[in-house]
Amino acid sequence: MSTVDILFYLLSAFAIVSATMVLISKNPIHSVLWLILVFFAISGHYILLNAQFLAIVNIIVYAGAIMVLFLFVIMLMNIKKDAEPQKQLLVKLTGVVAGGSLLTLLIAVVKQTTQIENKQVLLKEGTIGLIHPLGQALFTDYVIPFEISSVLFLSAMVGAVIIGKK
Amino acid sequence: MTILAFDWGLVIEKLILIAVVVFGSLGIALYTTFGERKVAAILQDRPGPNRAGPFGLLQPLADGVKLIMKEEIIPNAANKWLFILGPGLAMTASLMTCAVIPWGSDIELFGRKIALQIADINIGILYVFAVVSMGVYGIMIGGWASNNKFSLMSSLRAASQAISYELAMGLALIALLMTTESLSLKTIVEQQVKGNWWNIVYQPLGFLLFFIAALAECNRTPFDLPEAENELNFGYHQEYSSMKLGFYLFAEYINMIMSSAIMASMYFGGYDLPFFDESTVAPNIAAMIGVGTLLIKIVLFIFLFMWIRWTIPRFRYDQLMNLGWKTMIPLALFNLLITGALILANL
Repeated sequence: MSTVDILFYLLSAFAIVSATMVLISKNPIHSVLWLILVFFAISGHYILLNAQFLAIVNIIVYAGAIMVLFLFVIMLMNIKKDAEPQKQLLVKLTGVVAGGSLLTLLIAVVKQTTQIENKQVLLKEGTIGLIHPLGQALFTDYVIPFEISSVLFLSAMVGAVIIGKK
Repeated sequence: MTILAFDWGLVIEKLILIAVVVFGSLGIALYTTFGERKVAAILQDRPGPNRAGPFGLLQPLADGVKLIMKEEIIPNAANKWLFILGPGLAMTASLMTCAVIPWGSDIELFGRKIALQIADINIGILYVFAVVSMGVYGIMIGGWASNNKFSLMSSLRAASQAISYELAMGLALIALLMTTESLSLKTIVEQQVKGNWWNIVYQPLGFLLFFIAALAECNRTPFDLPEAENELNFGYHQEYSSMKLGFYLFAEYINMIMSSAIMASMYFGGYDLPFFDESTVAPNIAAMIGVGTLLIKIVLFIFLFMWIRWTIPRFRYDQLMNLGWKTMIPLALFNLLITGALILANL
């Protein structure tokens, strides 16, 4: 086992434990904080894949901006533990079955994908995640999807401003 | 087994560097508190702290001992874990910035070439942004966990202020990055050392915007609304006592030092001493001169921060938001446009 492998397993365990804690925390603020830790673990994985830009943007956008807004809203709503509506057992059970089936389906699909069969993830290799090659790829090969998505973001922004003005 | 096949020399070298930088920043922060009180005193025409030691130089130590000795109080209604986590996060986030700041050119010691920078990553500036956006969690968590409505209001103010000014800061920075074509702080500083001019010449408007945003990100006057004592009693750290309060106050000073270091590196040549050719002296001496130069620039910036604090009154909250969204962001976009046009025209 190399250092990279050890880091991989550590980060994976970290991500899974944090993600589980997001689900089982009673306090929504704690859930948000655990979710931030999940994003950090995933950024660690990106770094192992030599995708530094993706890693840092993941932290800036998700952990830094979106989760701040989540925290903001939850703090202002001031959710109390006993004010939370308790769901019925049947509803809970249905949720578990539905979620479990989706998970099984996803695992089955990923397992049978021929493209990734007998292939290992390349850790610590490749340059596409570094900022220079990524910028080159985005502005040459993928320039049209890139511009379309930026127009999409712009329209979302305009929409947000209009809703905010009402 | 190749588990521990590190270059141990590198590990030791970096550990020493981290220790020096972290404790150095803490030491400077300690004396920045003293400097703040002295500058305030000079601007208000009074002597300032002058009892502890010669010229009052031992005052920060006395303050530190006082903070540590005070009783630690955790309010009954507070969320205990988050209450403790808050100041720790604030402190960690403000110290983490120092990892990418180049403190000087390379030195040679025991036959090794040692870079005076903890990590030269090719996304240096984005890393700084990530850490800055983490900094607000310390304030938010602390304010919420205190279970006090004034603390909560203050932490919400701090968060919305930080988010608003991060945008202007980022846009001001993109214009600079367009001219430097690199995100690594080391490369940006080296370009200024080798080139004729510092980046401030190319980006005067960008620097002004960045500086104002940095004032807001550090919660310094005129943007210290999270600590507006006439409206909020004290601010997000109202329920804190002893060293946890000390951590919050200290984190603010460390933020100030780090943002000064970043501004000096990006716009004012970093460790570059003007009108001086570094290649005429031995590399180690040149590096030491560089470190001294950067420290002087940092001190000048900190003085500017303090000068502003004791001169300008605080904004109102709507003025703060108007300035951020309706003045700074359009100006930053304008700056971006001009920079892009000039680069296209090959000027």
